Amino acid sequence: MVLSSKDKANIKTAFGKIGGHAADYGAEALERMFLGFPTTKTYFPHFDLSHGSAQVKAHGKKVGDALTKAADHLDDLPSALSALSDLHAHKLRVDPVNFKLLSHCLLVTVAAHHPGDFTPAVHASLDKFLANVSTVLTSKYR
Amino acid sequence: MVNLSGDEKNAVHGLWSKVKVDEVGGEALGRLLVVYPWTRRFFESFGDLSTADAVMNNPKVKAHGSKVLNSFGDGLSHLDNLKGTYAKLSELHCDKLHVDPENFRLLGNVLVVVLARHFGKEFTPDLQAAYQKVVAGVANALAHRYH
Repeated sequence: MVLSSKDKANIKTAFGKIGGHAADYGAEALERMFLGFPTTKTYFPHFDLSHGSAQVKAHGKKVGDALTKAADHLDDLPSALSALSDLHAHKLRVDPVNFKLLSHCLLVTVAAHHPGDFTPAVHASLDKFLANVSTVLTSKYR
Repeated sequence: MVNLSGDEKNAVHGLWSKVKVDEVGGEALGRLLVVYPWTRRFFESFGDLSTADAVMNNPKVKAHGSKVLNSFGDGLSHLDNLKGTYAKLSELHCDKLHVDPENFRLLGNVLVVVLARHFGKEFTPDLQAAYQKVVAGVANALAHRYH
């Protein structure tokens, strides 16, 4: 599902507003995901998943930074995310269903923190963006 | 049947008592139609659904959203018997409305996003987790009589 120019504008504006909070939102989204969808914890048996965990914070920053980079390269996501795509395909092998779960929790997090800016149109654009990122990250799975 | 602790049930009901069901219902259904436009296939009689603004301001969307969310609220009073509570509606959605149950999951998650938007920090990860169980339970109950 292709990103229109309006989608791209919405995404860039949204990330402008998210700004330096991307790392925090990444961590919050992960926490929401681990609690809301406990099966996702199976990928992190080596993590302390308790509230406020430093490992979850650090991982949230990785997620937030990657999404911020992706938002800056909307015209070439496959290239910008190529290394992460390889990682997920060959090393992490997270089942594709889980990308939807994290994407949903990212939307919940943004909605909670930016209620006024999270209009239906922005909601749609961000959902499409996350779906596109997910597709790229699973593109080399087989 | 949903597997909610006593605390989770209290938290779910506690939040629900603050929800403006008509407003949130209209917003949730509207956002479903905007974010997942293929869901408009069920609502061709609703008139103008061509833009986000048209959808969100459409009186039939608001009315129907309100109906749907009031029904969801009924489910909250019967968390120990969602399948029984939604048996008739399940048959209706299968036999007359022909709605793919995947749409119940989509709407459930849109509702969670709308609750987050309205309640912000108060919609904590724990509270979201309780609501995820509820929306999954309702979606499963509505799909239960499909054949």
